[in-house]
Amino acid sequence: MPGIYIHIPFCSQACHYCDFHFSTSLKIKNRVISCINKEIKLKKTYLKDPLIESVYFGGGTPSLLSSKLINKILSSIRSSYKLAQNVEITIEANPEDISKNKIDNWTQMGINRLSLGVQSFRDSDLKYMNRSHNCNQIISALDLLISSKIDNISIDLIYGFPQLTDSFWVDNLNKAIKFNVQHISCYCLTVEKQTPLYHFIKNGTAKPLNPQQGASQFLNSKEILKNNGYIHYEISNFSKPGFESVHNRNYWNRSHYIGIGPSAHSYNGTSRQWNLSNNTKYCESIENNRSYYNVEILSKKNIINEYILTNIRTSNGIDLKSLSSYMNNDEYKRFKNKMSELMQSDFLTIHKDKLLLSEKGMLFADSISEDLFII
Amino acid sequence: MKNNQKLIRNFCIIAHIDHGKSTLADRLLEFTGTISSRDLQNQLLDDMELERERGITIKSRAIQMAHQHEDILYTLNLIDTPGHVDFSYEVSRSIAACEGALLVVDAAQGIEAQTISNLYLALENDLTIIPVLNKIDLPSAEPDLIKEQIIDLLGCQKSEIIDASGKTGQGIKNIIAEIIKKIPSPKGEKSKNLQALIFDSVYNPFRGIEAYFKVINGSISKGQKVKFFSTNQEYFADEIGTLKLNKEPKDIIQTGDVGYIISGIKNASEVKVGDTITTVDNPCLEPISGFEEVKPMVFSGIYPVDTDDYEELRNSIEKLQLNDASLTFEPESSIALGFGFRCGFLGMLHMEIIQERLEREFNMIVINTVPNVSYLATTKKGEEIQINNPSDFPSLDKIEIVQEPYIKAQIITKSDFIGAVMNLCIEKRGVLTSQIYLTTNRVELSFEMPLAEIVFDFYDKLKSLSKGYASFDYQPDGYKTTHLVKLDIMLNGEQVDALSSLLHRKHAYEIGKKICIKLKDLIPKQQFDVAIQGAIGSKIIARETVKALRKDVTAKCYGGDITRKRKLLEKQKKGKKKMKQIGSVEIPQSAFLAVLKLND
Repeated sequence: MPGIYIHIPFCSQACHYCDFHFSTSLKIKNRVISCINKEIKLKKTYLKDPLIESVYFGGGTPSLLSSKLINKILSSIRSSYKLAQNVEITIEANPEDISKNKIDNWTQMGINRLSLGVQSFRDSDLKYMNRSHNCNQIISALDLLISSKIDNISIDLIYGFPQLTDSFWVDNLNKAIKFNVQHISCYCLTVEKQTPLYHFIKNGTAKPLNPQQGASQFLNSKEILKNNGYIHYEISNFSKPGFESVHNRNYWNRSHYIGIGPSAHSYNGTSRQWNLSNNTKYCESIENNRSYYNVEILSKKNIINEYILTNIRTSNGIDLKSLSSYMNNDEYKRFKNKMSELMQSDFLTIHKDKLLLSEKGMLFADSISEDLFII
Repeated sequence: MKNNQKLIRNFCIIAHIDHGKSTLADRLLEFTGTISSRDLQNQLLDDMELERERGITIKSRAIQMAHQHEDILYTLNLIDTPGHVDFSYEVSRSIAACEGALLVVDAAQGIEAQTISNLYLALENDLTIIPVLNKIDLPSAEPDLIKEQIIDLLGCQKSEIIDASGKTGQGIKNIIAEIIKKIPSPKGEKSKNLQALIFDSVYNPFRGIEAYFKVINGSISKGQKVKFFSTNQEYFADEIGTLKLNKEPKDIIQTGDVGYIISGIKNASEVKVGDTITTVDNPCLEPISGFEEVKPMVFSGIYPVDTDDYEELRNSIEKLQLNDASLTFEPESSIALGFGFRCGFLGMLHMEIIQERLEREFNMIVINTVPNVSYLATTKKGEEIQINNPSDFPSLDKIEIVQEPYIKAQIITKSDFIGAVMNLCIEKRGVLTSQIYLTTNRVELSFEMPLAEIVFDFYDKLKSLSKGYASFDYQPDGYKTTHLVKLDIMLNGEQVDALSSLLHRKHAYEIGKKICIKLKDLIPKQQFDVAIQGAIGSKIIARETVKALRKDVTAKCYGGDITRKRKLLEKQKKGKKKMKQIGSVEIPQSAFLAVLKLND
């Protein structure tokens, strides 16, 4: 079932590794939110199936917004779409924005899942990343959240950067586990071009990343979280049984989605479109009823490749029966050949007609997808 | 038009690449009304896409203009010349078909090596030279200085040099007038038996080969039975004519004039540049002098990346050969690459052009192996063998003597770079034979050096150490004794025959090390370590390791990441199609030519 993603393109300060679209200037905040509300209406006919299973406030930093503005957006959504009974409504939040009052407001308006941008429990790491919070703020925020009505809490953690030794990383994991949160996302730090970190590494003021460290910390997380009752359901995502993110799972099982706000992506099964990633240009286009997005029509091959790319990352794997129905004989033959090659070298395994990454394979998910692609 | 021998002017343009030959030619065609400016494609004479991009004329063309001068109608034949060092023989035949030449020099750049060697060729053939200072409109033009250079070279008067600009059209009228006034009409005799000089040919997929010729003596008529002297093949002159913007069929081409002949020839190798056409009924006794069989100088293996494409590759090369007789090929096989062809080229540029044309025109993705020159070896048993392929090289204990081809090379550069250029040429086993100052700060250096040295890594070095201010030209100059060794490359212990190269003993260690380092850069990380070793005989001389890839996985793959990631991986996958799997190691095309790019 489809989902709605709302991109809130504002942050109080810029994390050094982040290449998502955001602005630290809040001057046109209200204007952007009205445009978001307008876009919600504009996209009303985008989906064939209008029953929404998940709403996700991402960013940027949605927790920067007042509860009033969040509520306004949710009301717009409710007046244009039908939300399922058990709809998952997630908000991404920074620890310093969490207060009892905010949590109460959020739960009142139906938000039932919170994803907290922790990244690390060590102040020196937070400084390295240029995060806007410190460790004490994380602890306070988590204490408040644990005792709140929200019973689906997720924590983001980052690993694989030079100053984070394996034992520091294990400490971070154990701290998260101690709070008994339902969901943990562990992201290996990636140096994206056009980020401050990229330039620091290039000009020698920051150390380059060591892929070996990323690999070993990935394996650490997998083992420790598994031993503590978390299911590894996607490369970077772990949850207690039944707490997999509905919203993110939808991206991987080709459910359709609407993305609202600057730079957000939408998908309807045959094409994908993405909004302008400039706040002012986005607003101007929305306000003047001009085109505010680019569209890509997906070819059959594109769709197959996306299926491979996303499903291979999940614990559900690739359903071979369903995949073969998308491919012609020749394509499926080539796919099978590559597949058996990769199975022989122990990158892939098959379990009940599902093609899955082996533990070793998880470290090479991209090259494996590429090998399996149809071009 | 009445064909009067006295009213014919045959001329070519001698110019360095980029000195504006093509634009100037366009202006001449426009001025004489041969083409209207409306249908003037820029640089009409270079009509291959590749040539335009590279800014050089690879195959020559001819075009005829009619021009009324002082109430008399003249016929002007412009014979275009190829503009690269690999094609010096073709240039010499084009020049031999002319009575005059425009010496076109860029008013900002001055005279370059190729201009000089072509000018010498023109002077040897007694051509009348009309000096033209082109691009006179450029702000950086130094007309006085460059004119001094021209005067030094030609011994002409300053007033004889025409200021011109292909861009603005300045001087064009003057050039035409001088061509008519100064260049003599062709000398030949109408009454003699036919002797026509073939100076070029092109392949027409519908009609076969069109050969371009100049009638030296006698005349050629439509339907006549003709004979090509060197091949002794006979044909009917199905169609003859002159070359305007399009071909214009004629019944007869008279003494001194330039034309084309179509006689159903399917294969370019039957039409040799420099050959003589005569009639079967009244043949001339002697061919026109100066004919040579063009021999390939540089050899390289060409293999399909996908072994299934072997037959298609053969078809493609055969088709290329139809219009490029200087390309030779024969089947060979490699343990690493499977079945392919050993191809012979005139030089490095020619090799690059063929590789590009295979990709562009035939959509063939190929691997070129390390090129080498053709060596002559005498074994201890007294056998003489020609070595065009490193894998044919016998073990050293069986060899008595090896000879390698030499060239005479000319380099013109600014005096600031003399030291650097000399060092390079000496390092490349060159011997300086002369050093001539053309002006106070331009010098011509001549060397004798092994051809093999310009195959490996020479042009790029020359270009970078002279900051682009060096021009180069060469002519083949026989064989000399040498000391060769074969360098082998092993990947994870497995010898890759396609990466072997023949090197002079003096450089083998150093180059071997550099090749291994370069391969380390070029071979992408794989899921295991790749050991690269260089060996001479059984001795390992260099070792590098491409460390295994530790991880390759995107951290986040959500709504906004999917398109970007898919596109990236699809693009990478397409790139990998150009890689060759050897054993378990994937090697990109470029790695096979690593030896050529050691300084990048």
